[in-house]
Amino acid sequence: MAVERFPIEAGHILMFANAIGDPNPAYRDADVARSRGLPGVIAPPTFVQASAHFDPDYILRPKLGEPWFGSGREATGVAPSTGGGGIGSGLHAEQHYEYTRPLREGDVLTATVLPGRTWEKEGRRAGTMKFSEMITEYRDQDGELVVTARSVGVMTSRPVEKEEGQ
Amino acid sequence: MSLRASDVKAGDQHEAVLVDNLTRTQIVQYAGASGDFNPLHSDEMFTTQIAGYPSVFGHGMLTMGMAGRLLTDWVGDGRLRRYGVQFRSQVWPGDTLTGSATIDALREEGADHLADLVLTVTNQRGEVVLTGTATALLDG
Repeated sequence: MAVERFPIEAGHILMFANAIGDPNPAYRDADVARSRGLPGVIAPPTFVQASAHFDPDYILRPKLGEPWFGSGREATGVAPSTGGGGIGSGLHAEQHYEYTRPLREGDVLTATVLPGRTWEKEGRRAGTMKFSEMITEYRDQDGELVVTARSVGVMTSRPVEKEEGQ
Repeated sequence: MSLRASDVKAGDQHEAVLVDNLTRTQIVQYAGASGDFNPLHSDEMFTTQIAGYPSVFGHGMLTMGMAGRLLTDWVGDGRLRRYGVQFRSQVWPGDTLTGSATIDALREEGADHLADLVLTVTNQRGEVVLTGTATALLDG
């Protein structure tokens, strides 16, 4: 995701750590973090994903003044599209990160997107699957590359079936 | 607080329950924190009637985040050089997930001691929901 400014804030790190159920004080308490040799509160390894909040074009967040495809009075807020669940049928297939250093409170990142590959595969439980790759480079306030993220998304031709017995 | 290369060997394993009886509330919490508000994770009406799934399900990234804790609890804070996963199967409300990380290899790169790890997360039915690999910097 392309982001001009992704400020790494302690409150946001705290909420994220709570959401993934991680009580590690390194994500909450600057004193404990420093006593462990860290520069202060750091972010968990998957935190850059939360840059979605700061990406103006991020498709999976309601935008002010625009219709949202989730339910209100009806099951969807937009005309159902053809091809399965439309926008909702995209799933996350893979996620990879390379780190130069952990993110810390006070960092201000920018993210740029590089083109990735696309390919197709026949799936046992989901029909034809269209994969697409997105590479995002996150740089800090000094222009240093801190995290490279490679995400693989898949659009399925039908909802993925549950395994037998589920 | 970090793992020492001299204290571990290839094949060593670390296992933990990542979540017991995943709640819809935790999935909503993850949506709020991550900014991924895909209705598939919180909107039962959309997910069952429009998308055709039996219920809402967890973000793959929630599982990756929980599995990340398994790694950082073991190797230490801020020690990961690389962390990557494949999402194998969906995670549903009520699931209990167990993660297992194994040291695949220990190696040195310049002055750095590195551990390559492999990772598996299974649900209460024994189905693999996530597989992954990571590389961590260890103390010498």
